[in-house]
Amino acid sequence: MSQATLRIQKISGHAGSIPGEDTQREFTVCKLVDTTTCIGCKACEVACMEWNDLPFGETIFDNTYQTMPETRWNYWNLILFNEHEREDGTLMWLMRKNQCMHCADPGCLAACPADGAIVQYTNGIVDFQQANCIGCGYCITGCPFDIPKLNPKTKRVFKCTLCSDRVSEGLEPACIKACPTGCLHFGSKDDMKTLAEGRSKQLREHSNFPNAGVYDPPGVGGTGVIYVLHDVTKPELYGGLPANPSIPWTVKLWKGPLKWLGNLAMVGGLIGLFVHYLHFGPKDREEQDIKEAEANK
Amino acid sequence: MSQPELLLPHDRVLRYELHERLTHWVAAGSFIYLMLTGLAFWSPWLFWLAIAFGGPQISRMLHPWAGLVFIAAILYMYAMWSAQMRTTETDKAWWRAVGHYMRNEDDKMPPAGRYNAGQKLLFWGFFWCGILLLLTGMVLWFPEYIPWSLRSLRYIAVLIHPAAALLTIGLFLIHIYMSVFAERGAFGSVIRGDVSMDFAKRYHPGWYKEVAGSPTRRK
Repeated sequence: MSQATLRIQKISGHAGSIPGEDTQREFTVCKLVDTTTCIGCKACEVACMEWNDLPFGETIFDNTYQTMPETRWNYWNLILFNEHEREDGTLMWLMRKNQCMHCADPGCLAACPADGAIVQYTNGIVDFQQANCIGCGYCITGCPFDIPKLNPKTKRVFKCTLCSDRVSEGLEPACIKACPTGCLHFGSKDDMKTLAEGRSKQLREHSNFPNAGVYDPPGVGGTGVIYVLHDVTKPELYGGLPANPSIPWTVKLWKGPLKWLGNLAMVGGLIGLFVHYLHFGPKDREEQDIKEAEANK
Repeated sequence: MSQPELLLPHDRVLRYELHERLTHWVAAGSFIYLMLTGLAFWSPWLFWLAIAFGGPQISRMLHPWAGLVFIAAILYMYAMWSAQMRTTETDKAWWRAVGHYMRNEDDKMPPAGRYNAGQKLLFWGFFWCGILLLLTGMVLWFPEYIPWSLRSLRYIAVLIHPAAALLTIGLFLIHIYMSVFAERGAFGSVIRGDVSMDFAKRYHPGWYKEVAGSPTRRK
């Protein structure tokens, strides 16, 4: 949902200039999820559905807290419950609120062919514009976090907007507002990084989590959602959070060298054929054929 | 073995039967639609093509169906022509002499049959690229049904589909150039179906020999 105060710095499938590039002094916003203080209450999930007015979907029950295996087109914010056995044999919950990571270098946007279907605002929020979406699903392939989901009826893709409509009005995202333990924070990227580093230091030095740290993967240019993890060396334990996410190399190859090589070959081929025609002309030389025919008579 | 039934009045030779011509145009029509809508999704600078075809959503929706039509035509062509598309010794000599062909020195070319080696390359290029486009296209048609554990299928598809499409566009450009501009009379062979005796003798002497029985016999 584009708002007057949100200006665009990156556009998918777009030829020409980008209207909002370098027009605004804007903080990069960031959501901090401290997994060490999450109690899995799902208040953030409810707040997300309420604010974004999403229709209910079916849940499953398999004797766990995980009533949905993954996010859906109408469920953008999902806590992943992971039962983890520690080295001393004791159990602990690793609960992670999963949603769009709002990458600085978004794979969805890189893969998208539709003009303006995916935009990145100057504040760093990556937002889908369903009116421009063509339902090709390339964003699903571009995303290293398995976040964009297609609505099979409307053939449009949906995901967390980081409540861009609220943020543009100076409000925090709905999930942040609902969190009862304070494990969710929202602010500038710099502030959230400082807060996360401080919390990680506290966990390492006072809470016996020597590997505690901040998840802000550089492979996608850093993310607009960062995590404090008990063990930052094993992010996969938190419901398959990738250790080194990046845009798939085939997507980069397709949108990079293949594009230039292909365009060069197509334009070069057209010019080549045209020049060939100017130089050699058509194959049949009627006059010569007539002469040959007459000679054979 | 001559085929006098292919010899038509006024020194014409029947080159393509009606069902062959029809198949050609089903393939041509679907390919042109696929190419133009595909190019729209290939480059932001060509996205206007999708708008010209009724909007990008409709283009996205119809592109895979047009692909199925194209594949059906390609498979029918395989059934009709694959036997005639096998590489022969003449074809190897033809490729060695391809420089003459490009300089319009057709009298220096080894005698091609119904199809010369270049046409055979076009056929097999379209056939195998068509198969690749079908396989990768199925993945791209329904990416939401590819589970996360099989995501490498999607990663391969987004690379192979445009790469194979680019190859077919290269073949397409050469095909149009040869049939519309370079070899006058070739275009008529897929409209009315026949070519002149001179055309048959000049470009497909082996085929002419088959049809007429003897390369020198004239009506």
